[in-house]
Amino acid sequence: MPVTVRIPAPLRRLTDGQREVLVEAPTVAACLERLAEAYPGLKERICEADGSVRRFVNIYVRGEDIRFSQGLDTPLHDGDDVSIVPAASGG
Amino acid sequence: MTRVRGLKCRECGRLYPAEALHVCDECFGPLEVDYDYDAVRAVVSREKIAAGPRSIWRYRDLLPLDDDRVVDLGTGFTPLVRADNLARVLGLRELYLKNDSVNPSYSFKDRPVAIASSKALQFGFDTLACASTGNLACSVAAHAARAGVRACVFIPADLEQGKILGAAIYEPTLIAVDGNYDDVNRLCSEIADQYGWAFVNINLRPYYSEGSKTLAFEVAEQLGWRAPDHVVAPIASGSLFTKLWKGFNELRLVGLIDSPAPRMSAAQPLGCAPVYVAYRDGARDVRPVRPDTIAKSLAIGNPADGYYCLRIIAESGGGCAAASDAEIIEGIKLLARTEGIFTETAGGVTIACLKKLVEAGTIHPDEVTVAYITGNGLKTQEAVAGHIAQPIRIAPTLDAFEAAFRERELALA
Repeated sequence: MPVTVRIPAPLRRLTDGQREVLVEAPTVAACLERLAEAYPGLKERICEADGSVRRFVNIYVRGEDIRFSQGLDTPLHDGDDVSIVPAASGG
Repeated sequence: MTRVRGLKCRECGRLYPAEALHVCDECFGPLEVDYDYDAVRAVVSREKIAAGPRSIWRYRDLLPLDDDRVVDLGTGFTPLVRADNLARVLGLRELYLKNDSVNPSYSFKDRPVAIASSKALQFGFDTLACASTGNLACSVAAHAARAGVRACVFIPADLEQGKILGAAIYEPTLIAVDGNYDDVNRLCSEIADQYGWAFVNINLRPYYSEGSKTLAFEVAEQLGWRAPDHVVAPIASGSLFTKLWKGFNELRLVGLIDSPAPRMSAAQPLGCAPVYVAYRDGARDVRPVRPDTIAKSLAIGNPADGYYCLRIIAESGGGCAAASDAEIIEGIKLLARTEGIFTETAGGVTIACLKKLVEAGTIHPDEVTVAYITGNGLKTQEAVAGHIAQPIRIAPTLDAFEAAFRERELALA
Protein backbone atom coordinates (compact mmCIF):
# COMPACT_ATOMS: atom_id res chain seq x y z
CA MET A 1 0.00 0.00 0.00
CA PRO A 2 2.30 2.80 -1.12
CA VAL A 3 1.09 6.21 -0.06
CA THR A 4 2.51 9.63 -0.89
CA VAL A 5 3.48 11.68 2.13
CA ARG A 6 3.78 15.42 1.54
CA ILE A 7 6.49 16.93 3.68
CA PRO A 8 6.07 20.57 4.79
CA ALA A 9 8.94 22.94 3.97
CA PRO A 10 10.29 23.24 7.55
CA LEU A 11 10.84 19.46 7.67
CA ARG A 12 12.40 18.90 4.24
CA ARG A 13 15.92 19.31 5.57
CA LEU A 14 15.27 16.01 7.36
CA THR A 15 14.16 14.22 4.18
CA ASP A 16 17.13 15.22 2.04
CA GLY A 17 15.12 18.07 0.60
CA GLN A 18 12.35 15.83 -0.76
CA ARG A 19 8.88 17.39 -0.66
CA GLU A 20 7.15 14.04 -1.25
CA VAL A 21 8.17 10.60 -0.10
CA LEU A 22 6.58 7.22 -0.81
CA VAL A 23 5.83 5.01 2.15
CA GLU A 24 4.34 1.53 2.52
CA ALA A 25 2.09 1.47 5.56
CA PRO A 26 -1.42 0.26 6.53
CA THR A 27 -2.14 3.09 9.01
CA VAL A 28 -1.00 6.61 9.79
CA ALA A 29 0.83 5.36 12.89
CA ALA A 30 2.71 2.79 10.85
CA CYS A 31 3.47 5.45 8.25
CA LEU A 32 5.07 7.66 10.89
CA GLU A 33 7.13 4.68 12.11
CA ARG A 34 8.40 4.07 8.55
CA LEU A 35 9.28 7.77 8.25
CA ALA A 36 11.08 7.66 11.60
CA GLU A 37 13.19 4.74 10.40
CA ALA A 38 14.05 6.35 7.06
CA TYR A 39 14.52 9.92 8.27
CA PRO A 40 15.95 10.36 11.76
CA GLY A 41 14.59 13.34 13.63
CA LEU A 42 11.37 13.57 11.60
CA LYS A 43 9.01 11.85 14.01
CA GLU A 44 10.17 13.96 16.98
CA ARG A 45 9.02 17.08 15.16
CA ILE A 46 5.59 15.61 14.50
CA CYS A 47 4.88 13.65 17.67
CA GLU A 48 5.24 14.04 21.40
CA ALA A 49 7.33 11.56 23.41
CA ASP A 50 4.22 9.50 24.12
CA GLY A 51 3.56 9.09 20.40
CA SER A 52 0.56 11.43 20.16
CA VAL A 53 0.57 14.07 17.43
CA ARG A 54 1.77 17.50 18.60
CA ARG A 55 -0.94 20.08 19.07
CA PHE A 56 0.37 22.29 16.24
CA VAL A 57 0.51 19.55 13.68
CA ASN A 58 -2.36 18.58 11.44
CA ILE A 59 -2.27 15.31 9.53
CA TYR A 60 -4.64 14.81 6.62
CA VAL A 61 -5.40 11.67 4.65
CA ARG A 62 -6.99 12.43 1.27
CA GLY A 63 -7.66 15.95 2.55
CA GLU A 64 -9.45 14.83 5.71
CA ASP A 65 -8.09 15.66 9.17
CA ILE A 66 -7.29 12.34 10.89
CA ARG A 67 -8.95 13.63 14.04
CA PHE A 68 -12.25 13.19 12.20
CA SER A 69 -11.34 9.59 11.38
CA GLN A 70 -9.45 7.27 13.68
CA GLY A 71 -6.50 9.46 14.53
CA LEU A 72 -3.22 7.62 14.25
CA ASP A 73 -5.13 4.39 13.57
CA THR A 74 -6.67 5.86 10.42
CA PRO A 75 -6.18 3.22 7.70
CA LEU A 76 -4.26 4.01 4.53
CA HIS A 77 -4.94 2.61 1.07
CA ASP A 78 -3.00 2.41 -2.17
CA GLY A 79 -2.42 5.79 -3.70
CA ASP A 80 -3.59 7.80 -0.68
CA ASP A 81 -1.90 11.11 0.01
CA VAL A 82 -0.92 12.07 3.51
CA SER A 83 -0.27 15.74 4.26
CA ILE A 84 1.57 16.97 7.32
CA VAL A 85 0.75 20.63 7.89
CA PRO A 86 1.75 22.91 10.77
CA ALA A 87 -1.32 24.59 12.26
CA ALA A 88 -1.33 28.19 11.14
CA SER A 89 -4.75 29.43 10.27
CA GLY A 90 -6.96 32.46 10.43
CA GLY A 91 -8.51 34.61 7.76
CA MET B 1 15.60 52.01 16.80
CA THR B 2 15.53 48.24 17.25
CA ARG B 3 12.46 47.56 19.31
CA VAL B 4 12.06 44.16 17.65
CA ARG B 5 14.57 41.57 18.85
CA GLY B 6 13.39 38.93 16.41
CA LEU B 7 10.86 36.09 16.43
CA LYS B 8 10.28 33.69 19.28
CA CYS B 9 8.51 30.32 19.47
CA ARG B 10 5.42 30.63 21.64
CA GLU B 11 5.83 27.09 22.84
CA CYS B 12 9.53 26.36 23.40
CA GLY B 13 10.93 29.89 23.40
CA ARG B 14 13.52 29.28 20.69
CA LEU B 15 14.66 32.54 19.02
CA TYR B 16 14.81 33.34 15.32
CA PRO B 17 15.76 36.41 13.26
CA ALA B 18 12.98 38.75 12.13
CA GLU B 19 12.50 37.17 8.71
CA ALA B 20 9.50 35.66 6.88
CA LEU B 21 9.28 32.65 9.20
CA HIS B 22 6.25 31.36 11.01
CA VAL B 23 6.97 27.90 12.37
CA CYS B 24 9.52 26.69 14.92
CA ASP B 25 12.02 24.23 13.45
CA GLU B 26 12.24 22.41 16.76
CA CYS B 27 8.67 21.94 18.01
CA PHE B 28 6.53 23.17 15.08
CA GLY B 29 5.01 25.78 17.37
CA PRO B 30 3.94 29.22 16.14
CA LEU B 31 6.45 32.06 16.10
CA GLU B 32 5.66 35.46 17.54
CA VAL B 33 7.36 38.86 17.32
CA ASP B 34 9.71 39.34 20.27
CA TYR B 35 9.98 42.97 21.41
CA ASP B 36 12.55 44.70 23.53
CA TYR B 37 10.00 46.33 25.84
CA ASP B 38 12.64 48.47 27.54
CA ALA B 39 13.40 50.00 24.15
CA VAL B 40 9.68 50.51 23.51
CA ARG B 41 9.13 52.06 26.93
CA ALA B 42 11.96 54.51 26.25
CA VAL B 43 10.34 55.91 23.12
CA VAL B 44 6.60 55.61 23.67
CA SER B 45 4.31 58.13 25.40
CA ARG B 46 0.69 59.17 25.43
CA GLU B 47 1.62 62.58 24.04
CA LYS B 48 3.59 61.13 21.16
CA ILE B 49 0.70 58.83 20.26
CA ALA B 50 -1.84 61.65 20.51
CA ALA B 51 0.28 63.70 18.11
CA GLY B 52 0.40 60.85 15.61
CA PRO B 53 -1.87 60.20 12.61
CA ARG B 54 -5.54 59.30 13.22
CA SER B 55 -4.94 55.74 12.13
CA ILE B 56 -3.19 52.59 13.32
CA TRP B 57 0.15 54.20 12.53
CA ARG B 58 0.02 56.30 15.67
CA TYR B 59 0.99 53.07 17.48
CA ARG B 60 4.03 52.40 15.31
CA ASP B 61 6.34 52.04 18.34
CA LEU B 62 4.38 48.94 19.38
CA LEU B 63 4.32 47.43 15.89
CA PRO B 64 7.01 45.37 14.15
CA LEU B 65 7.88 47.85 11.40
CA ASP B 66 11.33 49.25 11.11
CA ASP B 67 11.08 51.63 8.22
CA ASP B 68 8.70 54.07 6.62
CA ARG B 69 7.68 51.94 3.68
CA VAL B 70 4.14 51.11 4.72
CA VAL B 71 1.01 50.31 2.74
CA ASP B 72 -1.46 52.83 4.10
CA LEU B 73 -5.17 52.79 3.29
CA GLY B 74 -5.98 54.96 6.30
CA THR B 75 -6.91 52.03 8.51
CA GLY B 76 -8.01 52.26 12.09
CA PHE B 77 -8.88 54.87 14.68
CA THR B 78 -12.44 53.74 14.13
CA PRO B 79 -15.29 55.00 16.32
CA LEU B 80 -15.75 53.77 19.85
CA VAL B 81 -19.46 54.33 20.25
CA ARG B 82 -21.19 54.54 23.61
CA ALA B 83 -24.19 52.22 23.17
CA ASP B 84 -26.72 53.46 25.72
CA ASN B 85 -29.78 52.10 23.91
CA LEU B 86 -28.38 48.60 23.63
CA ALA B 87 -27.05 48.84 27.17
CA ARG B 88 -30.54 49.62 28.44
CA VAL B 89 -32.01 46.62 26.57
CA LEU B 90 -29.33 44.31 27.97
CA GLY B 91 -29.23 45.74 31.48
CA LEU B 92 -25.72 47.17 31.36
CA ARG B 93 -24.61 50.51 32.78
CA GLU B 94 -21.76 51.37 30.42
CA LEU B 95 -21.40 49.60 27.08
CA TYR B 96 -19.25 50.64 24.13
CA LEU B 97 -19.03 49.25 20.63
CA LYS B 98 -15.75 49.36 18.74
CA ASN B 99 -17.02 49.82 15.23
CA ASP B 100 -14.51 48.29 12.82
CA SER B 101 -17.14 47.85 10.12
CA VAL B 102 -16.02 51.20 8.71
CA ASN B 103 -12.40 50.36 7.89
CA PRO B 104 -11.22 50.83 4.27
CA SER B 105 -12.24 47.31 3.16
CA TYR B 106 -15.03 47.15 5.75
CA SER B 107 -13.61 44.83 8.36
CA PHE B 108 -10.96 44.75 11.07
CA LYS B 109 -8.74 42.72 8.72
CA ASP B 110 -7.29 45.96 7.35
CA ARG B 111 -5.27 46.18 10.58
CA PRO B 112 -3.27 42.95 10.35
CA VAL B 113 -3.03 43.27 6.57
CA ALA B 114 -1.58 46.78 6.79
CA ILE B 115 1.27 45.35 8.84
CA ALA B 116 1.72 42.16 6.82
CA SER B 117 1.68 43.92 3.45
CA SER B 118 4.13 46.55 4.68
CA LYS B 119 6.49 43.80 5.89
CA ALA B 120 6.03 41.90 2.63
CA LEU B 121 7.28 44.93 0.71
CA GLN B 122 10.17 45.36 3.13
CA PHE B 123 11.12 41.70 2.62
CA GLY B 124 10.95 42.10 -1.15
CA PHE B 125 7.93 39.90 -1.96
CA ASP B 126 6.14 40.69 -5.23
CA THR B 127 2.87 38.88 -4.55
CA LEU B 128 0.47 39.08 -1.59
CA ALA B 129 -1.73 36.09 -0.88
CA CYS B 130 -4.03 34.64 1.76
CA ALA B 131 -6.45 31.90 2.71
CA SER B 132 -9.65 33.68 3.71
CA THR B 133 -13.18 33.37 4.98
CA GLY B 134 -13.83 36.52 2.97
CA ASN B 135 -12.84 39.71 4.75
CA LEU B 136 -9.15 38.94 4.59
CA ALA B 137 -9.33 38.41 0.84
CA CYS B 138 -10.97 41.83 0.44
CA SER B 139 -8.31 43.48 2.55
CA VAL B 140 -5.35 41.77 0.90
CA ALA B 141 -6.67 42.57 -2.57
CA ALA B 142 -7.19 46.21 -1.58
CA HIS B 143 -3.72 46.54 -0.07
CA ALA B 144 -2.09 44.85 -3.05
CA ALA B 145 -3.83 47.32 -5.35
CA ARG B 146 -2.63 50.22 -3.26
CA ALA B 147 0.92 48.84 -3.14
CA GLY B 148 0.98 48.09 -6.87
CA VAL B 149 1.78 44.40 -6.40
CA ARG B 150 0.03 41.20 -7.47
CA ALA B 151 -2.46 39.41 -5.24
CA CYS B 152 -3.70 35.82 -5.25
CA VAL B 153 -6.44 35.23 -2.71
CA PHE B 154 -8.14 31.94 -1.85
CA ILE B 155 -11.67 31.60 -0.50
CA PRO B 156 -14.26 28.82 -0.05
CA ALA B 157 -16.45 28.87 -3.16
CA ASP B 158 -19.72 29.31 -1.24
CA LEU B 159 -18.97 32.69 0.34
CA GLU B 160 -21.42 35.57 0.40
CA GLN B 161 -21.66 37.83 -2.65
CA GLY B 162 -20.56 40.91 -0.76
CA LYS B 163 -17.27 39.25 0.12
CA ILE B 164 -16.67 37.87 -3.38
CA LEU B 165 -17.41 41.22 -5.02
CA GLY B 166 -15.64 43.04 -2.25
CA ALA B 167 -12.44 41.20 -3.11
CA ALA B 168 -12.81 40.89 -6.89
CA ILE B 169 -13.28 44.62 -7.38
CA TYR B 170 -9.60 45.27 -6.70
CA GLU B 171 -8.65 42.79 -9.46
CA PRO B 172 -6.62 40.15 -7.65
CA THR B 173 -6.47 36.55 -8.85
CA LEU B 174 -9.41 35.21 -6.86
CA ILE B 175 -9.45 31.44 -6.38
CA ALA B 176 -12.72 29.93 -5.12
CA VAL B 177 -12.04 26.49 -3.66
CA ASP B 178 -14.63 23.71 -3.50
CA GLY B 179 -14.29 23.13 0.20
CA ASN B 180 -14.53 24.86 3.55
CA TYR B 181 -12.03 27.30 5.02
CA ASP B 182 -9.99 24.54 6.66
CA ASP B 183 -9.54 22.93 3.22
CA VAL B 184 -8.49 26.29 1.78
CA ASN B 185 -6.05 26.82 4.59
CA ARG B 186 -4.43 23.43 4.21
CA LEU B 187 -4.09 23.96 0.46
CA CYS B 188 -2.57 27.39 0.96
CA SER B 189 0.02 26.01 3.40
CA GLU B 190 1.12 23.69 0.62
CA ILE B 191 1.10 26.46 -2.00
CA ALA B 192 2.98 28.83 0.32
CA ASP B 193 5.74 26.25 0.60
CA GLN B 194 6.15 26.19 -3.17
CA TYR B 195 5.46 29.62 -4.61
CA GLY B 196 7.44 32.09 -2.55
CA TRP B 197 4.46 34.42 -2.14
CA ALA B 198 3.71 36.52 0.92
CA PHE B 199 0.77 34.62 2.44
CA VAL B 200 -0.15 37.21 5.02
CA ASN B 201 -1.72 34.71 7.42
CA ILE B 202 0.71 31.87 6.83
CA ASN B 203 4.38 32.73 6.30
CA LEU B 204 3.93 36.34 7.45
CA ARG B 205 1.61 35.40 10.29
CA PRO B 206 3.80 36.62 13.19
CA TYR B 207 3.76 40.15 11.73
CA TYR B 208 0.20 39.95 10.43
CA SER B 209 -1.23 39.08 13.82
CA GLU B 210 0.41 42.08 15.50
CA GLY B 211 -1.91 44.45 13.62
CA SER B 212 -4.89 43.33 15.68
CA LYS B 213 -3.27 44.70 18.85
CA THR B 214 -4.24 48.17 17.60
CA LEU B 215 -7.85 47.29 18.44
CA ALA B 216 -6.80 47.15 22.10
CA PHE B 217 -4.60 50.25 21.87
CA GLU B 218 -7.35 52.38 20.33
CA VAL B 219 -10.01 51.31 22.82
CA ALA B 220 -7.70 52.11 25.72
CA GLU B 221 -6.83 55.51 24.29
CA GLN B 222 -10.44 56.29 23.42
CA LEU B 223 -11.53 55.42 26.96
CA GLY B 224 -9.02 57.94 28.25
CA TRP B 225 -6.03 55.63 28.68
CA ARG B 226 -7.60 52.81 30.60
CA ALA B 227 -8.61 49.28 29.76
CA PRO B 228 -12.29 48.33 29.89
CA ASP B 229 -13.40 45.96 32.64
CA HIS B 230 -14.76 43.42 30.19
CA VAL B 231 -14.28 42.71 26.50
CA VAL B 232 -16.39 40.56 24.18
CA ALA B 233 -14.83 39.51 20.89
CA PRO B 234 -15.53 36.77 18.34
CA ILE B 235 -13.25 33.81 17.74
CA ALA B 236 -12.56 32.41 14.29
CA SER B 237 -8.90 31.34 14.31
CA GLY B 238 -8.46 32.99 17.70
CA SER B 239 -5.80 35.39 16.46
CA LEU B 240 -7.80 38.54 17.19
CA PHE B 241 -8.74 37.34 20.67
CA THR B 242 -5.15 36.54 21.63
CA LYS B 243 -3.82 39.81 20.23
CA LEU B 244 -6.41 41.89 22.08
CA TRP B 245 -5.14 40.34 25.29
CA LYS B 246 -1.55 40.94 24.26
CA GLY B 247 -2.33 44.55 23.32
CA PHE B 248 -3.90 45.48 26.65
CA ASN B 249 -1.09 43.77 28.54
CA GLU B 250 1.57 45.52 26.47
CA LEU B 251 0.07 48.93 27.23
CA ARG B 252 0.47 48.21 30.91
CA LEU B 253 3.94 46.76 30.43
CA VAL B 254 5.25 49.89 28.71
CA GLY B 255 3.57 52.23 31.18
CA LEU B 256 0.83 53.67 28.95
CA ILE B 257 -2.00 52.46 31.20
CA ASP B 258 -2.20 51.54 34.88
CA SER B 259 -5.36 49.48 34.78
CA PRO B 260 -5.18 45.70 34.59
CA ALA B 261 -6.07 43.92 31.36
CA PRO B 262 -9.81 43.29 30.96
CA ARG B 263 -11.78 40.13 31.51
CA MET B 264 -11.93 38.56 28.07
CA SER B 265 -15.07 36.77 26.94
CA ALA B 266 -15.37 35.01 23.61
CA ALA B 267 -18.20 34.65 21.12
CA GLN B 268 -18.62 31.79 18.65
CA PRO B 269 -21.41 30.53 16.42
CA LEU B 270 -23.01 27.32 17.71
CA GLY B 271 -22.48 25.80 14.28
CA CYS B 272 -18.71 26.19 14.64
CA ALA B 273 -17.81 26.38 18.30
CA PRO B 274 -14.65 24.38 18.99
CA VAL B 275 -13.42 26.81 21.65
CA TYR B 276 -16.87 27.16 23.26
CA VAL B 277 -17.23 23.37 23.50
CA ALA B 278 -13.81 23.01 25.12
CA TYR B 279 -14.65 25.83 27.54
CA ARG B 280 -18.04 24.38 28.39
CA ASP B 281 -16.61 20.89 28.96
CA GLY B 282 -13.59 22.12 30.93
CA ALA B 283 -11.33 20.49 28.36
CA ARG B 284 -7.65 21.28 28.10
CA ASP B 285 -7.49 21.02 24.33
CA VAL B 286 -9.66 22.22 21.48
CA ARG B 287 -10.97 19.51 19.16
CA PRO B 288 -11.63 20.44 15.52
CA VAL B 289 -15.24 20.51 14.30
CA ARG B 290 -16.91 20.59 10.91
CA PRO B 291 -18.45 24.08 10.51
CA ASP B 292 -22.12 24.52 9.71
CA THR B 293 -23.17 28.11 10.40
CA ILE B 294 -24.37 31.23 8.62
CA ALA B 295 -21.48 33.05 10.28
CA LYS B 296 -19.04 32.12 7.52
CA SER B 297 -16.48 34.64 8.73
CA LEU B 298 -16.09 32.54 11.86
CA ALA B 299 -16.35 29.11 10.17
CA ILE B 300 -12.91 27.84 11.10
CA GLY B 301 -13.26 24.31 12.41
CA ASN B 302 -9.64 24.01 13.49
CA PRO B 303 -8.60 27.33 15.07
CA ALA B 304 -4.82 27.56 15.33
CA ASP B 305 -5.01 29.83 18.39
CA GLY B 306 -7.90 27.99 20.02
CA TYR B 307 -5.77 26.60 22.83
CA TYR B 308 -4.36 30.04 23.70
CA CYS B 309 -7.86 31.52 23.72
CA LEU B 310 -8.97 28.94 26.28
CA ARG B 311 -6.07 29.89 28.50
CA ILE B 312 -6.75 33.61 28.16
CA ILE B 313 -10.42 33.15 29.03
CA ALA B 314 -9.38 31.28 32.17
CA GLU B 315 -6.55 33.60 33.12
CA SER B 316 -8.56 36.78 32.61
CA GLY B 317 -11.66 35.51 34.39
CA GLY B 318 -13.86 35.76 31.31
CA GLY B 319 -16.36 33.40 29.76
CA CYS B 320 -17.55 32.07 26.44
CA ALA B 321 -20.91 31.79 24.70
CA ALA B 322 -22.24 30.50 21.40
CA ALA B 323 -25.15 31.66 19.25
CA SER B 324 -27.49 29.79 16.91
CA ASP B 325 -28.20 31.00 13.36
CA ALA B 326 -31.50 32.51 14.51
CA GLU B 327 -29.81 34.27 17.42
CA ILE B 328 -27.12 35.62 15.10
CA ILE B 329 -29.71 37.19 12.80
CA GLU B 330 -31.51 38.66 15.79
CA GLY B 331 -28.17 40.01 17.04
CA ILE B 332 -27.61 41.86 13.75
CA LYS B 333 -31.12 43.29 13.89
CA LEU B 334 -30.89 44.24 17.57
CA LEU B 335 -27.70 46.20 16.94
CA ALA B 336 -29.16 47.98 13.92
CA ARG B 337 -32.42 48.75 15.67
CA THR B 338 -30.86 50.12 18.87
CA GLU B 339 -27.64 51.75 17.73
CA GLY B 340 -27.87 52.28 14.00
CA ILE B 341 -24.91 50.03 13.19
CA PHE B 342 -25.25 47.37 10.47
CA THR B 343 -22.87 44.53 11.11
CA GLU B 344 -22.24 41.23 9.36
CA THR B 345 -22.91 37.78 10.82
CA ALA B 346 -19.69 37.82 12.89
CA GLY B 347 -20.98 40.98 14.58
CA GLY B 348 -24.36 39.32 15.05
CA VAL B 349 -22.55 36.49 16.86
CA THR B 350 -20.81 39.02 19.10
CA ILE B 351 -24.01 40.86 20.02
CA ALA B 352 -25.98 37.63 20.56
CA CYS B 353 -23.23 36.28 22.81
CA LEU B 354 -22.90 39.61 24.64
CA LYS B 355 -26.58 39.22 25.53
CA LYS B 356 -26.08 35.62 26.68
CA LEU B 357 -23.06 36.53 28.78
CA VAL B 358 -25.01 39.28 30.53
CA GLU B 359 -27.97 36.95 31.12
CA ALA B 360 -25.65 34.30 32.52
CA GLY B 361 -24.14 36.81 34.95
CA THR B 362 -20.68 36.45 33.38
CA ILE B 363 -20.71 40.15 32.54
CA HIS B 364 -21.72 42.23 35.55
CA PRO B 365 -24.09 45.16 34.98
CA ASP B 366 -21.55 47.64 36.37
CA GLU B 367 -18.58 46.58 34.27
CA VAL B 368 -17.35 48.99 31.61
CA THR B 369 -17.82 46.66 28.67
CA VAL B 370 -16.57 46.86 25.09
CA ALA B 371 -17.93 44.63 22.33
CA TYR B 372 -15.90 44.43 19.11
CA ILE B 373 -17.85 44.82 15.85
CA THR B 374 -15.47 43.32 13.35
CA GLY B 375 -17.21 43.62 9.99
CA ASN B 376 -19.81 45.38 7.86
CA GLY B 377 -23.36 44.15 7.25
CA LEU B 378 -23.19 44.64 3.52
CA LYS B 379 -20.70 41.76 3.36
CA THR B 380 -23.28 39.18 4.46
CA GLN B 381 -26.61 40.46 3.19
CA GLU B 382 -27.88 36.97 2.42
CA ALA B 383 -28.08 36.22 6.13
CA VAL B 384 -30.66 38.92 6.88
CA ALA B 385 -32.37 39.30 3.51
CA GLY B 386 -35.29 37.01 4.33
CA HIS B 387 -35.74 38.41 7.83
CA ILE B 388 -36.40 42.08 7.34
CA ALA B 389 -39.42 43.95 6.08
CA GLN B 390 -39.72 44.63 2.38
CA PRO B 391 -40.13 48.22 1.16
CA ILE B 392 -43.73 49.39 0.76
CA ARG B 393 -44.24 49.87 -2.94
CA ILE B 394 -46.71 52.52 -4.11
CA ALA B 395 -47.81 54.42 -7.19
CA PRO B 396 -46.62 58.06 -7.20
CA THR B 397 -49.83 59.52 -5.74
CA LEU B 398 -50.78 60.97 -2.39
CA ASP B 399 -53.79 58.63 -2.22
CA ALA B 400 -51.60 55.60 -2.76
CA PHE B 401 -49.26 56.74 0.00
CA GLU B 402 -52.04 57.46 2.47
CA ALA B 403 -53.66 54.09 1.89
CA ALA B 404 -50.40 52.22 2.28
CA PHE B 405 -49.35 54.23 5.34
CA ARG B 406 -52.70 53.76 7.06
CA GLU B 407 -52.45 50.01 6.41
CA ARG B 408 -48.97 49.90 7.91
CA GLU B 409 -50.02 51.89 10.98
CA LEU B 410 -52.89 49.42 11.52
CA ALA B 411 -50.53 46.48 11.10
CA LEU B 412 -48.07 47.87 13.64
CA ALA B 413 -50.74 48.72 16.22
